[in-house]
Amino acid sequence: MTELSINGVKKTHDGDPAMPLLWFIRDEVGLTGTKFGCGIAQCGACTVHLDGNPIRACVTPVAAAAGKNVVTIENAVTDKVGAAVQASWRKLDVVQCGYCQSGQMMSAVALLARNKTPNDEDIDAAMSGNVCRCATYVRIRAAIHDAAKALA
Amino acid sequence: MGIMKRFAGQTTKQDDGSTRAPLINVSRRGFLQGGGGLALGICFGPVACTSEKAAVSAADIAPFVPNAFLRIGADNSVTVIAKFLEMGQGTFTGLATLAAEELDADWAQVSVEGAPADAKKYANSLLGAQGTGGSTAMADAHLQMRNAGASARAMLVAAAAEQWKVPAGEITVSKGVIRHAASRKEASFGQFAESAAKQPVPAAEAIKLKEPKDFMLIGSTATPRKDSKAKTDGTAIFTQDVQLPGMLVAVLAHAPKWGATIKSVDETAARAVAGVVDVIRVDAVPGTTRAAVAVLAKNTWVAKQGRDALVIEWDEAAAFTKGSAEIFREFKALAGKPGTVAATRGDAAAALKKPAKAIEAVYEFPYLSHAPMEPLNCVVDLKADSCTIWNGEQFHTIDQQVSAGILGLKPEQVTIKQVYAGGSFGRRASSKSDFIVEATSLAKAARAKGVEAPIKMVWMREDDIRGGYYRPAFVHAIKAGLDRDGKVTGWQSRLAGQSIAKGTPLEQFMVHDGVDHTSVEGVSDTRYAIDNLQVELHTVDYPLPVLWWRSVGHTHSAYAMETMIDELAHAAGKDPVAFRRTLLEKQPRHLKVLELAAEKSGWGTPLPEVAGKKRGRGIAVHESFNTFVAEVAEVSIDADGQLKVDRVVCAVDCGLAINPDVVRAQMEGGIGYGLAAILKSEITFDKGAVVQSNFADYQPLRLNEMPVIEVHIVPSAEKPTGVGEPGTPVVGPAVANAVFAAVGKRIRKLPFGNQLSA
Ligand code: FES
Ligand code: FES
Repeated sequence: MTELSINGVKKTHDGDPAMPLLWFIRDEVGLTGTKFGCGIAQCGACTVHLDGNPIRACVTPVAAAAGKNVVTIENAVTDKVGAAVQASWRKLDVVQCGYCQSGQMMSAVALLARNKTPNDEDIDAAMSGNVCRCATYVRIRAAIHDAAKALA
Repeated sequence: MGIMKRFAGQTTKQDDGSTRAPLINVSRRGFLQGGGGLALGICFGPVACTSEKAAVSAADIAPFVPNAFLRIGADNSVTVIAKFLEMGQGTFTGLATLAAEELDADWAQVSVEGAPADAKKYANSLLGAQGTGGSTAMADAHLQMRNAGASARAMLVAAAAEQWKVPAGEITVSKGVIRHAASRKEASFGQFAESAAKQPVPAAEAIKLKEPKDFMLIGSTATPRKDSKAKTDGTAIFTQDVQLPGMLVAVLAHAPKWGATIKSVDETAARAVAGVVDVIRVDAVPGTTRAAVAVLAKNTWVAKQGRDALVIEWDEAAAFTKGSAEIFREFKALAGKPGTVAATRGDAAAALKKPAKAIEAVYEFPYLSHAPMEPLNCVVDLKADSCTIWNGEQFHTIDQQVSAGILGLKPEQVTIKQVYAGGSFGRRASSKSDFIVEATSLAKAARAKGVEAPIKMVWMREDDIRGGYYRPAFVHAIKAGLDRDGKVTGWQSRLAGQSIAKGTPLEQFMVHDGVDHTSVEGVSDTRYAIDNLQVELHTVDYPLPVLWWRSVGHTHSAYAMETMIDELAHAAGKDPVAFRRTLLEKQPRHLKVLELAAEKSGWGTPLPEVAGKKRGRGIAVHESFNTFVAEVAEVSIDADGQLKVDRVVCAVDCGLAINPDVVRAQMEGGIGYGLAAILKSEITFDKGAVVQSNFADYQPLRLNEMPVIEVHIVPSAEKPTGVGEPGTPVVGPAVANAVFAAVGKRIRKLPFGNQLSA
């Protein structure tokens, strides 16, 4: 049995401890904002925060989150940085199909939480693991700069 | 994807002597309506109002439903019913803008929901069925949605006039407020929802639409996307997110090659995985789906574990077994010989006999997977005499009929719930409804074995990349000639590739005289003033299913045309913009975007130098789906041959731009999507098996590779045309021409891969 927190709420998992966190969050806890895109850490659609660090939930076993807190998109947008990212995303109408955007925002929040004034190279480094097949990249970059400004 | 011209199929002579497909062909458009003319129970009400259980809450008052496209609640909500799928292209926002404009609604009170399958109410007049594609949504629906809004507004005004006892003509409506200035009366839409419903629906000829000068929302940037909120807080529901009580998840083991069948299945290990509920064999529907074995489980992970534990022996006797090298050898051999004539102007053969200068080139385009961000999936809840399907639904009435056929139900017994699609780029508009066929076949087989739970079929990314329905591979062999003055005297294109329509129900509407227009569009109907033009086609019959992929035939034809025109310009010693200008003299809309892109990009001025890099600028112009796009690309190439596309300047003429910001977003996204394809993506075959499997080897474009993009929209009052696709095909040739300008190398085999470092 694995005990962990999702968005501050205690959860237990008594199935296969090797099951990726992604499927626990989506299928067991029922939070579907975190997406499945590739299953092999190549697209970032499943990005969540594990004790504050961005991780790919599709390759992180539930067991690795034992005793830790996992934050998903549903909760991330409630803190200061998350709210700023969300506001900039909406202001610039970043989304198209939207399927990648939870993961994009989770990576952006993690970036801004540790770097208040990211330049383009910082954004490249933090965001190039998140694929957007709709190629909303121009606006993702702009929205991160915009959120940084709002947070300054 | 673009099927509008394909359904139309026939070509007509233009003033300039070119042949091109008409926008629609009225005589053929009804073809799919015949079987689909059914009336489903429309889930219009009651409104899900936000107010709670007050004794008489707004929710207890029936909403005002003036027509099939609007619902106005007593809670003052305005719901636009969208007959098109929202897959990222901004349709929901576009449709809402049109209706809200004429309704004079406040943008904030407007929301959008997807329409159910109903060919009578929601057919796309340009496709002849209810469906989203061919960049047709705005072209088809702009008047329909505006009329819907204007009609509802008239009924609200009539209701207010009646109650206030004032002349309707003295009532104004603005931002959702109905006003009579003289008597200082004002009310919200919600207050009159009930009484407006009792007003007669105005006759069509009595509806007066606004003059463009009075537009408040159309053409403005005051209409942010309607799906932005739900897509930035995790609440947007895609097929992948549908959860139903007792639902099982199915993950499938698909045959590794097209045409393979199941020889034997050992289910023992799969059934031993804790949580696996059943193993279901799903035989191939030949030509439509691959043979598969599905594992049903309580969650996706368990189902996948079960799937991975299956031991299956495949019978490959009838399978497709070619490799990519062989495929291209065959295509190239064909393109070297005369084919079925797709277009003729003048006498190309004679003109090409002794030109002052001749240029010949052979282009190779690989198969491409759409790889939408959301891997394919479908939820099916099958009951004894009904079925409900949740899907990012792009071909409502066709999928409804096909699934009814599989299930032995009547189409009206199949309800399709449209949810957001996590991208599609054409993939969800399957010409053979393939993944719907698979999901319903699976549900039927499961039910026959006693499984009554709803089933969510989930494809892993590998199933998606290897699942066929690719952009068909093509070879173009071009011969072109110039006279002494650098004028194009003759042009011959010979193409070889698979037809998208052949072998599908659409063949009879899209293939004429042996030519599928999607194979040759963009070449056979080129607007360049080339007096002697011959376009010939070899349609290859492979069992691989192929499909429209964001901008369809233009994905390869624009590349071949626009890089060859560039070669001719250089051979003629002319500037590529000036050379095109001469050839497009009689094409004002092409010319306009060409000039605009050139001007805004600083064409003709030197590019700023970057140490250690060679830089170049290239241009391309192309019309698709009645939209005109020109793009200028700027590239840098380092000593190792590493290419970076630095900037793309795009000019677009899509008629009236309903939502300019959505137009910009579609150009940006279309350019990124097109760039991935020309730089990196290809599906290759090894003895019939697809080599690529996931994003590690079928490479998407990433943020660090995205150029700076500038979009300029030509102001226009012309009929609105689509923007989902036309930005995509132009970027490839613009970049290729920029590469030539930088390093003098012509790339004729896609993707670029590492050809620049070789
Ligand atoms: S689903 Fe986890 S990185 Fe793609
Ligand atoms: S918005 Fe569609 S994949 Fe990013």
